[in-house]
Amino acid sequence: MTPQESVERALQAAAHLHGCVVLVRESSEAVLRWANSTMTTNGHSTATRVTVIAFVAVEGGVAAGVVGSAEPTDPAVLVAAAEAAARDAGPAEDAAPLPEPTADDAAWADPAAVTTIGVFEKLAGDLGAVFDSPQRHYGFASHEIVTTWLGTSTGIRRRWVQPTGSVELNVKTADLASSAWAGASTADFTDVDTAALADVAARRLAWGARRVTLPAGRYDTLLPPSAVADLMIYLAWSMDGRSAQEGRSALSGRVGERLTSLPLTLACDPAAPGLEYEPFLTTSRSGEGISVFDNGAPTRRVEWVRDGVVTELAYSRAEAAEFGTSFAPSGDNLLLTGGADGSLDDLVAATERGLLLTCLWYIRLVDPTTLLLTGLTRDGVYLVEHGEVVAEVDHNFRFNYSPLDVLRGASQVGATERTLPREWKDWFTRAAMPPVRVPEFFMSSVSLGR
Amino acid sequence: MLDRVDPQFRALPLAALADAALTRARERGAQHADLRVERIVTQTISLRDGAVTGVADETVVGLAVRVLVDGVWGFASHGDLTPEQAATTAEQAVQVARTLTPVARERVERADEPVHADAVWVSAYALDPFDVPTRDKVALLTDWSQRLLASDGVDHVQTSVAQVRECKFYADLAGTSTIQQRVRIAPALTATAVDRAAGGFETMDTLAAPAGRGWEYMAEVEPELAAIPELLAEKVKAPSVVAGPYDLVIDPTNLWLTIHESVGHATEYDRAIGYEAAYAGTSFATPDKLGTLRYGSDLMHVTGDRTIEHGLATIGFDDDGVATTEWDLVRDGVLVGYQLDRTFAPRLGLARSNGCAFADSPHHVPIQRMANVSLQPAREDVTTDDLIAGVERGIYVVGDKSWSIDMQRYNFQFTGQRFFRIENGVLAGQLRDVAYQATTTDFWGSLDGLGGPSTWVLGGAMNCGKAQPGQVAAVSHGSPSARFRGVNVLNTREEGR
Repeated sequence: MTPQESVERALQAAAHLHGCVVLVRESSEAVLRWANSTMTTNGHSTATRVTVIAFVAVEGGVAAGVVGSAEPTDPAVLVAAAEAAARDAGPAEDAAPLPEPTADDAAWADPAAVTTIGVFEKLAGDLGAVFDSPQRHYGFASHEIVTTWLGTSTGIRRRWVQPTGSVELNVKTADLASSAWAGASTADFTDVDTAALADVAARRLAWGARRVTLPAGRYDTLLPPSAVADLMIYLAWSMDGRSAQEGRSALSGRVGERLTSLPLTLACDPAAPGLEYEPFLTTSRSGEGISVFDNGAPTRRVEWVRDGVVTELAYSRAEAAEFGTSFAPSGDNLLLTGGADGSLDDLVAATERGLLLTCLWYIRLVDPTTLLLTGLTRDGVYLVEHGEVVAEVDHNFRFNYSPLDVLRGASQVGATERTLPREWKDWFTRAAMPPVRVPEFFMSSVSLGR
Repeated sequence: MLDRVDPQFRALPLAALADAALTRARERGAQHADLRVERIVTQTISLRDGAVTGVADETVVGLAVRVLVDGVWGFASHGDLTPEQAATTAEQAVQVARTLTPVARERVERADEPVHADAVWVSAYALDPFDVPTRDKVALLTDWSQRLLASDGVDHVQTSVAQVRECKFYADLAGTSTIQQRVRIAPALTATAVDRAAGGFETMDTLAAPAGRGWEYMAEVEPELAAIPELLAEKVKAPSVVAGPYDLVIDPTNLWLTIHESVGHATEYDRAIGYEAAYAGTSFATPDKLGTLRYGSDLMHVTGDRTIEHGLATIGFDDDGVATTEWDLVRDGVLVGYQLDRTFAPRLGLARSNGCAFADSPHHVPIQRMANVSLQPAREDVTTDDLIAGVERGIYVVGDKSWSIDMQRYNFQFTGQRFFRIENGVLAGQLRDVAYQATTTDFWGSLDGLGGPSTWVLGGAMNCGKAQPGQVAAVSHGSPSARFRGVNVLNTREEGR
C-alpha cells in the first residue's frame, strides 16, 4: 500500500468520526561514525510510520486519540484503535475545528525521497586522508530524509520532504591533551567542505601550543555561533505561552519587555533559505503550545524576540483563543539576527582580555524561574589578550547562566551564519546564529574534564 | 514462559526472517551476522490540571542485520518483516561494511561466548500495562490530579504515565536464538504553586522512579500523594540556602542519578577508550588505572548487573546474544571493572563479555550500554536517621531534578526536589535554591556513612542518552542513603545574578 493509499484508506474508515488526521512518514537514514581514526558503527535504515489521530464527539466536547504504528497494519485497524483511545481520553481542552485546505500540493502523488550510504562517498574519501594525520580523529556524519504525507478529513493533502544532515569533526592531539571541534549542517552533503572543517579544528589545536590555567569567575566571553545556538534553542523551547500565562515560566509577564538595546531578533521561519521546514504543521501530540487539532495549519515566521523586545510566545490555536492572542507555532529552525557585520575573528580582535569558547555541553535547567542553565565548555577554551588568541586554557569551565541574560548582557554581536548546535543537534540542526560577546558570562567552577 | 510473550510478536515469521538474513549474509561473505527483530509498544497518557492532554499509542517494528566482513562492521535495518526484505537488508549491511573497509583502520574481534539456542526470557511483572483499559488509567490519573488540586496551595498538577512493552528476537550465525520480553513503566506527577504577587513559582514532584514493573506499580506510587501539598507549601516558604560546604545525607531518590552520571557512565569501557569522544564523552577512569584508581572511600562498593529483579537494564541476554550477569565496578573504593560488550572485552584482555550490548530500536546498531549500576548498602542496618544523627550542620537531599556533568565525568552539579536542613543531628525544616557541585573522586572520597539494606532503593531513568545517532536506554540504579562530608553547596539564585 502506498503512503497516499494509506491516507485515503484511513480517512474512509474514519468517515463516521467527528474528524481525522493521518500522517505517514517514511524515513531513510545513512550514518557514518568514527573514533580513534577508524570507522566504528555505520549503517543505513529505512522505516515507515503511519499515525492516525481520531477526533470523536463525546459528552462535553471533542476527544482526540493518537495511534501510530510502523507495522504493516490495515489503516482501518489504526482508526478503530485511535477512536477507542479518544473515547477513553474524554473531551480535549485543545479542541478546535480542523484547518481547511489552503493550497493544492502538486507533489502529493510523488513517492518518498531516499538517501543511501553513497551520500558519503566524498566524505569517506576525504576522511581516509584525514585519518592519516598524526592527530586522533573522532566524529559523525548523518543524512536523513523524511517524507511526510498529511491527509485530513477536511480535505488537506500535503507532502513535504525534509532533508537533515550534519557532520562533526572532533580532533585531538596524539597525547589527548587538546581537543577541537568543527561541525556543519547540510541538506545533501554537496556543500560540505571536509578540508575546511579540518582546518578550523587544526587552527584551534595549534592554539594549544601555549597553555594556561584560569580560575572560575566572570569573564568577557566570546560565544561562537554554535554555542549561541545551543543557548537560544533552550530559550525558544521555553517560549510556551500557557505556562507564561499561568505564572509558571521565566517568561511570565515578559511579553513587551526589552531585553537588549541591540536590534536582535530571534525567530523561526519555515521559508528561511537553506533552512526550510514544513510550511504546514504536523504533530502527533498535544502539549503546551502545540495541538493535534492544528495539523495542516500553515506554519509561519514567529518572532520570539523582535528588535530586542520579547514579542511572541508559542500558542496552539485553542490556546490562542483561550488567552486572546495569535496562533504561534514553534518551528524547526532558529535564527538570531540583528548583529553587525563582524565575524568571530573580528570579535577576537576587539577583545582586550577574555575567553573564546568552542562549544557548550550538557546544558540543563537549574532554576526555571529565571531560566538559569548550567553546562560546560567543550573542545577548546582559549585566552584572548590584546586582540589575539594567546593560549589554550588547560581545562573546561562549568557555567551557570540564563539565555535571557545572554541577550540582556550581549555587548557585541557579529554577523549571522549557518551553524550546527553542538549540544542539541540530535533534535535541532537548522540554526543561523551570530557570534556574541557577553562581558560577564559566569563560569561557576573549573572542570578538569577534557 | 513463551506463552507470556506478546502473541502478535510470536506470530511474526521469526525463524524465516533469521534464515533469510543470516544465509544471505554468509553467502555475501560475512564471517559474523546477527538478526534482531523487535516490536516495541508504548503508550503515554498525560494530564494537565486533571484534563487529558494526550493519549498516544505507538508501535515500532523492524528487523536489523549486523555483519562483520573482514573485521569491519556493517549494519542495515528495515521496517518490512518479510524474508525477502530480511535478505535484502543483509545485503545492504554487507555493502556498508565493504564500502567502509578502505577507511577502517582497525579490525574488530569478538569474545567467544556460549551458544544459547531457543532461549526465552520474560521480565518480572504482575500486570501487563497493555492489558489495563486506557479508560481506567485515565481515571486513576484524573483522580490523583483532582485530589491534589483540591489541596490548599496547589495551583497546577501535571501527571503522566509512560508504559513500554519491548519484544526482541535475536539470532546469529553461531546458533544463538533468543526471544525476550520486557515491560517497564514511568509514572510522574508535578504539583506547582504560583505566587502571582511575588512573580515566582515552585514545584514538587513525586519520588517514584521508573521501574521494570507492570501496572501494579501504580499502587506503590499513590501513597506519596498525600504528603505533596504540605511539602510544597513548606518549600515555598523555606529560606534560601547559604552557599558553602555542607555535610550531605543523600537519599537514594537523589543519589541514584549521581551514581548514574559519575560512576555508571565513567565505567563504560567504550567511553574510556574514546569511542564516544565526539559525543557522550570519555572517562577519567581509563583502563591504565584499572585496579589502582582511588575512586572513593573504602565504603564504596559499586556493582554492575543486568539481572536484578525490576531493573530497567535487566534482561536475560544482551544484543550480542550473551547471557547477562553481575560484577564489581568499584570495590573498597578502587576501580576494578568496566561495562563491556563482546567487541570490547578482548580489548581489555578479557575472555568474556559481561553482557552490556544494547540497541534501543530495530533501526539502531547495538553498542555498549549501561547496566544497572548500584551502590551497595552497609551490611549492618544503619538507618537514614542514624546517618543524619552524625551531622552537626548539613543538608538531607531527597529526589532528583537538575543534573549536569562534564565529558570526562569529573565535574558535576545536581539539584533535587527537597532539601532539609540538618542541625545537630536532626532535621530542621526545608531549604530552597540548593545545588551541590563537586569533582567525582572528591565527592566519593568524602563518603563516610552508608545506610543499610532497609534504606536501599532502586531508582532509575527511562531516557539515558548515548551514541550517534542518539539512542535512549532505560536503566536502574540501586542505592542506600549515604553521607558525604564537606560538599560544596551553591545557592542557585545567587548563581544567576
